[in-house]
Amino acid sequence: MAIVKSKNEKYRVWLAHGLLWLFLAMILLPLFMVIAISFRDGNFSSGSLIPENPTLDHWRLALGIAVENSDGSVTQPPFPVLLWLWNSVKVAAVTSVLVLALSTTCAYAFARMAFKGKKILLEGMLIFQMFPAVLALVALYALFDKVGQYIPFLGLNTHGGLIFAYLGGIALHVWTIKGYFETIDKSLEEAAALDGASPWQTFRMILLPLSVPILAVVFILSFIAAITEVPVASILLRDVNQYTLAVGMQQYLYPQNYLWGDFAAAAVLSAIPITLVFILAQRWLVGGLTAGGNKG
Amino acid sequence: MPTSDASTVSTPWLKWFILALVSLIGGYAVVLMYAKGESSFALLTLILVTAGVIIFARKETYAHRYIYPGMAAVVLFIIFPLLYTVSIAFTNYSGSNQLSYERVQQQFLQRTFADDRYQFKFQIYHTDNDKVLLFFSQADKKLISEPVALDQNLQQVSLQATDTPPTGNQAKLMVVTKNRNILSNLAVFTPDGTQLAMSGLRQFAAKTPLYTLAADGESLVNQQTNEQIKPNFDIGFYQAVNPTGEFVGKPMAPGFVVSAGWFNFERILTDEGIQGPFIKIFIWTVIFAGLTVVFTLAVGMVLASVVQWEGLKGKAVYRMLLILPYAVPAFISILIFKGLFNQSFGEINQVIEGLFGIRINWFTDPILAKTMILIVNTWLGYPYIMILCMGLLKSIPADLYEASAIDGANPIQNFFKITFPLMIKPLTPLLIASFAFNFNNFVLIQLLTNGAPDIIGSSTPAGHTDLLVSYTYRIAFEGGGGQDFGLASAIATLIFLMVGGLALLNLKASKNQLA
Repeated sequence: MAIVKSKNEKYRVWLAHGLLWLFLAMILLPLFMVIAISFRDGNFSSGSLIPENPTLDHWRLALGIAVENSDGSVTQPPFPVLLWLWNSVKVAAVTSVLVLALSTTCAYAFARMAFKGKKILLEGMLIFQMFPAVLALVALYALFDKVGQYIPFLGLNTHGGLIFAYLGGIALHVWTIKGYFETIDKSLEEAAALDGASPWQTFRMILLPLSVPILAVVFILSFIAAITEVPVASILLRDVNQYTLAVGMQQYLYPQNYLWGDFAAAAVLSAIPITLVFILAQRWLVGGLTAGGNKG
Repeated sequence: MPTSDASTVSTPWLKWFILALVSLIGGYAVVLMYAKGESSFALLTLILVTAGVIIFARKETYAHRYIYPGMAAVVLFIIFPLLYTVSIAFTNYSGSNQLSYERVQQQFLQRTFADDRYQFKFQIYHTDNDKVLLFFSQADKKLISEPVALDQNLQQVSLQATDTPPTGNQAKLMVVTKNRNILSNLAVFTPDGTQLAMSGLRQFAAKTPLYTLAADGESLVNQQTNEQIKPNFDIGFYQAVNPTGEFVGKPMAPGFVVSAGWFNFERILTDEGIQGPFIKIFIWTVIFAGLTVVFTLAVGMVLASVVQWEGLKGKAVYRMLLILPYAVPAFISILIFKGLFNQSFGEINQVIEGLFGIRINWFTDPILAKTMILIVNTWLGYPYIMILCMGLLKSIPADLYEASAIDGANPIQNFFKITFPLMIKPLTPLLIASFAFNFNNFVLIQLLTNGAPDIIGSSTPAGHTDLLVSYTYRIAFEGGGGQDFGLASAIATLIFLMVGGLALLNLKASKNQLA
């Protein structure tokens, strides 16, 4: 490309590099600090960025291994972090599969079929997804209290109930998938229909296999959304062993039981897999984010 | 080709059978719920089941079959809770008034008192095997049980009259205390059928209902004191009445739910302990959401422009590192900041103290707490705007910059004269959405400050850094304010209206763009 270069271009590039690194140092400092703190001795002590007496105690506790102190006493792991991580992954994975099933079928009808009330439903979904669940927590609590009386595994303090509650958040995904379906040429489906395939068959045999990329994006988006959700989970789940990570991690930093070092190790431990998923999927997510947003 | 749509193609009878079954079960559930006085849940089930059956029964609504499951989920978990919340706003539903009137009446009627006429002394005797005998005596009356094992399976015992106390070893009081749970759940029946229950460590007594329903079908009469109480439907409590029917006594717990009309909304407008904090929190919420959008937009857009710059090497690395704050789950990074900003042992204060010798009250000074929240939220939010801007920057034609370079413009002029004006229009709906999201950014406040520092003179839990959502949450779920669900729902209803307005605005902004 024949961009006209100004004379001080080189000087500007160096300035940009310098400023970017300065900015990055500032932005990433908290993350480095937490990693350092997770290796630091004790739960209160202060220290330099690189710990003087590095210890793996916090990591052992985070992994559920009891630690023997120098005075002979044994510290038990304060919280079942790995169980929480497993709970989170379980809830998020099942939620994402169900969200995918619900939103693809919806999106198919919205993209390919003509029916009454289509426009109202589509716009209605967009408006309703802006209302935060936090505001309806009292109602959600009452709802699951009632549901639990008839179907116990979907009641309060169950993962089934939590997964169920997350199924309401399909609106944006329906829009994203619908947008993708609309970019796929209809001629294949029309040919299949001529051969006598039912709409369900064309959907399952033709459209779905063609849409794997967007399905992956939606799966990851709803997976991350479910893992990082706090308010609904903290209202529905009551037992420490039922907690998801997002609910459980708060337990470390109560003023009366402040476990800063233990928290740091648990935080790094649980943030790593989620962050990795995000970074690996980032390339596709960026497309999904802008697609979902722009289509409004 | 295998048919995956068996119910509509090959076996129509199966489809009708399933539909009939669903209607039956659904109908039964609706009747059951309605009978229990849960009319809103009955209505919800009725609507969902009817819609489902109609949609799957008729050929004309074939397309709707595809959207039914998804729409049912939206109705169940978004729209119903919304409407239910609005309906709670018009009631006195709260920690002290949780149950329906019928349930409270039932509870009062189930209350019993130990009737002195049927009070028995009670003793346990060991028998030869591990079993025990329960022995009851009252003046000259003596009753005894069969030999029974004292364990969780023991739930009721029938007594027989006897002339002499049993001969075995009398158990020590310790045995009674040890088995207290079993004994206190034990139903004991005398030969004439009266039910006795434990009333003390050494005593069993007959339990007779404390209240009986009066002739008017509402009032209850206390059998012990003959006092008459009556439900007061204005406040949702039973109260004692005098002979002329006026309420004179204290409200008696538990209360029941009654309609409160516009009372909760009136409180927001007129009650000083609520109106003051409400307005303060509302203003802060708007400022917070607005400043967050401005800061994240400024940082994100500048970074996007720099990172997309042709001459810069290592763009991919910068991009990845800059996105990191967005990639780390927010609930973890917010808690990390909570620890780092901690006033006594936080690393940030230690650094500042080392450098300048001052200690900053991040959590007790309102202005500083708000500053901290904005810093953290900008950290959390700029990568999202940056990602969006990077996508949009690609669509700006390069010859515009070419032309400006010929005219001798510097990068700063480029940014303000070309980049910003061209990007702000497509960004508008996204910024409105971002504003709406931050307007309701509950997780940030809940995890970082939980509203601290507190607003003084507020009659509900309220803090300087509370947003309307977290304020609502605390009114509903924090013990101190008595769990006022009605008031919380009234505030939530007001927020619904504002969010609805924002949503419509957003829809309009994005339509403008397509046009």
